[in-house]
Order: sequence, then structure tokens, then C-alpha cells
Amino acid sequence: MNPIWIVAQREFLTRVKKRSFLIMTLLGPLFFGLLMVAPALLASLPEGPKKLLVVDHSYLLVGEKGMEDVVYEFLKPTPEALANGKEILETNAEFDGLLYLPPSENNDPDYILKNAKLFSLEDLPISLMAGVEDQLEQKAYEQKLRLEGVDPEVVKRAETNARLTSVLMGDAGEEENSPAEFKMILGLAAGYLIYIFVFLYATQIMRGVIEEKTSRIVEVIISSVKPMQLMLGKITGIASVGLLQFIIWVGLTAALYAGLSATVLADAFNPEVIAQMQAQPDSGGMAAEVLSALHSINYPLILSAFLFYFLGGYLLYGALFAAVGSAVDAEADTQQFMLPLTLPLILALLVSMRVMDSPDSPLAFWFSMVPFTSPVVMMTRIPFGVPYWELGLSMVLLVLGFLGTTWLASRIYRIGILSYGKKASFKDLWKWIRSGQ
Amino acid sequence: MIRAENITKRYADHTALNDVSLHIPKGSLYGLLGPNGAGKTTFLRILNQIIDPDAGQVLLDGRPLQRNDIARIGYLPEERGLYKKMAVGDQSLYLARLKGLSEAEAKKRLVYWFEKLGMESWWDKKIEELSKGMAQKVQFVTTVLHQPEVLIFDEPFSGFDPLAAQQIREEMLELHRNGTTLLFSTHRMENVEEMCTHIGLINKSRRVLEGSVADVVRSHRTHRYTVAYQTPDGSPLPLEATAPFHVVSDDALPSSDWRTGRSLCVQLTANEGLNHVLSALLPHADVLEAQESVPSMNDIFIQTVQNAAS
Repeated sequence: MNPIWIVAQREFLTRVKKRSFLIMTLLGPLFFGLLMVAPALLASLPEGPKKLLVVDHSYLLVGEKGMEDVVYEFLKPTPEALANGKEILETNAEFDGLLYLPPSENNDPDYILKNAKLFSLEDLPISLMAGVEDQLEQKAYEQKLRLEGVDPEVVKRAETNARLTSVLMGDAGEEENSPAEFKMILGLAAGYLIYIFVFLYATQIMRGVIEEKTSRIVEVIISSVKPMQLMLGKITGIASVGLLQFIIWVGLTAALYAGLSATVLADAFNPEVIAQMQAQPDSGGMAAEVLSALHSINYPLILSAFLFYFLGGYLLYGALFAAVGSAVDAEADTQQFMLPLTLPLILALLVSMRVMDSPDSPLAFWFSMVPFTSPVVMMTRIPFGVPYWELGLSMVLLVLGFLGTTWLASRIYRIGILSYGKKASFKDLWKWIRSGQ
Repeated sequence: MIRAENITKRYADHTALNDVSLHIPKGSLYGLLGPNGAGKTTFLRILNQIIDPDAGQVLLDGRPLQRNDIARIGYLPEERGLYKKMAVGDQSLYLARLKGLSEAEAKKRLVYWFEKLGMESWWDKKIEELSKGMAQKVQFVTTVLHQPEVLIFDEPFSGFDPLAAQQIREEMLELHRNGTTLLFSTHRMENVEEMCTHIGLINKSRRVLEGSVADVVRSHRTHRYTVAYQTPDGSPLPLEATAPFHVVSDDALPSSDWRTGRSLCVQLTANEGLNHVLSALLPHADVLEAQESVPSMNDIFIQTVQNAAS
């Protein structure tokens, strides 16, 4: 049997048999989902409303009771009110802060706002500050309108809202609703997942190499297989783990989706309902748009591109991570070599934020061609539609890229795994690459 | 069996092997000697095709070494170990399969060895659960499991307590008796001559000496003999007894010796032998012990290196 296959088999089995694999595979989608929803959940966590004492010399907030998360308690605006308020704040734990609005000068609302202060014993949430600021701005705005002789009610009635529905005209002349927001989210999520996966599994390769080096088994093994075979076997084995995990995740998600759409979302996925919702001008429109977008996306293309770019990116970086693992004695020493590897990945992530806005810009084009960034950036672009020649070129370049890095890495690897003790520098790596054997 | 011809290996900043030719005969127990950094490990790695020489070639049974020859060679490197978190049975199987054994065959042999060495209960244990000595036993089994014709050990005695080292020595001797060709390196030259049939000496990346132990010792004979004796009154030998020889020394036996008496060291010519000494001594003293002083491998090494330098 081919030794690469035997090595890959071991790498695959030892990882799949671990309990952490089972847990990660089953809980992974849940975990990723939570990761995305958690910040929003936390932010919306119901917290008792904060109580603010208000000393309002200018009567700007007259009649206001507060907002969703703030309750105002007004003090009579006597000259001593500020000092009294501070004392109450210090002695009475019931109040979280003291809002002070000075008397206005020349009836100028701007003067009030510039000199308004919020006293508190502890830091107050930024959202609360922003809320109060918004309200003050609104009040000052209305007061200014009144000073100009305009009724704020009139302004409110005159306010209007425009929403463009973007429609892409395809080659065949069909028109396609193109909700850009949804594609942005999908593209960014796909790019982000690629980033996480490449990191996750490439790091596993590196750990595996370091483990073999520190346990001193590596020389025993390479007396049976070539270093290149050991490296390729390891990369292949871990790639299979990743693929298996991915397939299970897709399957679980599909099952979850099927289960949900059969029950809760049954109505939502009925075309008639969608059409109905689209007909409604406002509230239902957005939801319907997302739903029709869900249906208009080319999932087979995205899924197969995702698999390709995950594998390509993983192979490209995996080989380099293997080289890094071979050059060090312990994981703590990997820092200096990791930086040049993580930089392009992080750069790709930053670029894809820009790419979301303009998926056909030169920036987007070039970064989706360079193999080091193309897996992340191209995935961000694909939901928006990419010409097939660009996709093809990018894929060919990625294949060439990982062949190149594998070759480079194997030259470092074959010498690195036998070097103990001395801490390798970039100069050493360069020497290893050039040295013939 | 193995013939290395004019092997040269250069690294970026130094030459590890310089035109080294060595011959390891079939069935020999070959000791590759030399100080640290002489190039021994590099040589063994080349034999195992872990690295390639810059010049020269290795012949196995007369033809150049090939990739599938690894199945005929067993190698225990100086830096040796096993996967700490993998079960003993699983990783023994794995290593055997890498050497080209089928899974079924590997399993059969492992069961045999594990039974023979009383290791059956270790099969599902992880290496990290075993003691160091137990792990070394596993390592030894995995090295010899594919029944290689050639076994190569790099510094097999280093890092072991004397008892464990002795055990390894005995196992090596048994393999040698069974006809396996053994090659091992060591930088400690004590006791090597009793164990080896052949030796090769490497110093500063060059071969300085090679041959069967008998030949090497024979060519380094000094014709010097030591005799322990006891005269009736404990005095030194009379002059007439030692007159025919060149006496190197004649001292009382060291206080650590349990006997009382003296030790005589004489230098003879190539034509003379122990009989000459004994016949001259016997009328004057009881001979307690007599032998030819053969230089130790360490002495030979130092002498050879010094000769090469001058």
C-alpha cells in the first residue's frame, strides 16, 4: 500500500476517533450560530432601566419621561439643584446618573447642548449615552425649528423614505431581484468561514508535525517513508477530517432547514405567500426580499466553490504550516514564522469587507487572483456573480500556488524535522530551501 | 552486505563525511566508533536513505541501494520515541505497515512478540501510561518486527541506565547469533571490542581505521606482557631473572588487589612470547597471572588519530 495512504489513514482515524471531534462536529453549527447571534443577544439582554436624575434649567426635556432603558426623575431647577442632585447621587444607590442641562443663553439650544453634563459614579453604557444624546438633539432641533417659525409636526409629515429595488438584467434578458445586503452577508460569511477553516486545519497540521518532532518519532518514521510522503500523508489525512466535518455540517444544516421549513417556516416558503408579501409596500417587503434572495442564490455553485477554495487554501497554507512546525521544537517558538503566514489571511479578510461594496473593482479582482488571498476574497465575490473566466483563472492560480508552496515547504520540512535544539531563523530556512540533497 | 564507497556529505557550514568508505560484512556485529560530531549519525542516515550523499554510493549485496530496501533494514535512531497519545498496539501496527508488512501479518507477529516479552496487557495502553523502560521495549519490538536482514542502531546505549543497556546488549548479541547483520554507532569505546566482530573508526568526518576486531588488535600488538607473581619473601625478582627482557615496570600489586604480590610488565620482541617470560620467572616465584597486554580500542583510537595528525 502506498505509504502516503497509510500515513493519511492514521492521521484521519486518530482525529476522528477523538471525542472532541464528535462534539465539535455535532455542536459546531450551533456554536457558529451562537457566535453570530450572541453579540446581538447580549446587547438586547433585558436590563432594568437606568434611572437618571435630571436638573433641566432650560426646560428642554419638559414632559419627557425617559426612553426604553432610561427613566428621568426631574429635580426642581433651583440654583442649588445641581449640588443637591450630586449629593443624592452619592447617597442614593437608586440613581445611576445625573443629567445636567444649564440655563440657555440668548435662547440658543446649541449652548445648552455644548454645556450639558452627565454625572455618574460608574461608567454608563455607551448606548444609554447615545440614546440621551439623540433625544437632546431631537429636542434642540425641534426648538430651533420653532424659533424659525416652523411647526415640527409639519416637518414630520413632510419626511419621506426612498428604497430602490435593484434589478440585474441577465444575459438572457431575465430580470433578477438582487438584494445586495443578503449577498453581502452570504459572501462575507463564506469568506470568513474559509478563513476560520484554513486556520483551524492548517494549525492542526502544524501541531501534528511538532508532536512528531517532540516525541522523537519522526526519524523512526522517515526511515520507512520519505519526508515528502509523510508530509503529504499528514496533509491529506487532516483534509479528509475537515471534509468529513464539513459534509456532516452541511447535512445537519440541510436537515435542520428541512425540518424548520416543514413546520415553522412552511408559510414563508410558499411562493404565493412571498408574492403576497412583496405586494405589501412596507413591513413585509424586506422579509419577502430576503426570502426571494434565498431562492435566487446559486447554492450548488457556492457550495462547490466553497469546497474548492477551502481545500485549495488549506493545501496552500497547510504545507507552509507544516514547514513552520518542522522548523521549531515547541509550539511557543512558532510566533516569528506565523506572522508572514497570518498576515495575508488577515489582509484577505480586510479586503473582503471592501469587496462587499464593490465586488467588481480592480482591488477585488487582484485579491481574488493571488492564491494567498483568493480563497477568502473570491468567496466573498461569488454570491454577486463572477465571470467564469475569472473564476477559472483564480482556481488555476490557486492550484499552481499550492503546488508551489508544497514544493517549498517540503524542502524546509525534510531538513527541519531532523534539526533539534538550535532555534532556526529565516536565514536558516532559506539555506534549507536552497540546499540540494 | 553493505558497502559504502567514497561517501561525501557537505552541509552549508561544514563537511560531515569526507570520502568515507566502509564495508559491513554479512552477519557481522559492526561497531561504528568515533567522538561526538565525527559524522556517525550522518552515515547511518545515509544508509537509511533519510538523506542522500553528495558523492559516493551505497551498495547492498553488490547493487546500489534502492527505495524498497528499507523493508530489509531496521533502524533505531538516536533521537527515538513513539506517539505519546497513541495506543501501543495501534502504533506498532502502524510502524510495521509503513515498513511494508500487511496488516494481518503485522498483527500476527506483534501478538507473537508481545506474548514472548510478556507485553500482552499493554496493547490498548497509551505510551504515556508506560514507564520509560516499557516504552523502550515497545520501540525495540517495532524496530525488529519486520525481521530485517540488517539492523542499524544509533547510539543504542546512550540514555539508558546500566541494567537497561545490558539488556539491549544481550538482545543485540542474540540477534547477531541468529544471523542478523548488526551495525551500531557509539562514542563510548569501552567494552566494544568484546562485543563486536568488526569496527570502523571515524574521526573528523574521515574514516581512520576499519577491519575485524581481531585484525585491528593484531596489527596494534605491542608485545608487552604483564605477569603477577609472588616471591617467598615478597621481595622483587632478582636481577638475573629479568635480565633477558626489557622491563617496563615492576611494582607491588595495587592495594585494591586482593592478592599480595607484585606485577611485572615487560617488553618483548616480535619473536618472543609468554613462554620466555614464564620460564625465566618460574624458578624464582609463583606466577599468579600472566597475559599479553593488548591495547584497548580507546588506546588504538587515540594512537591512530595522533598518527594521522602527525
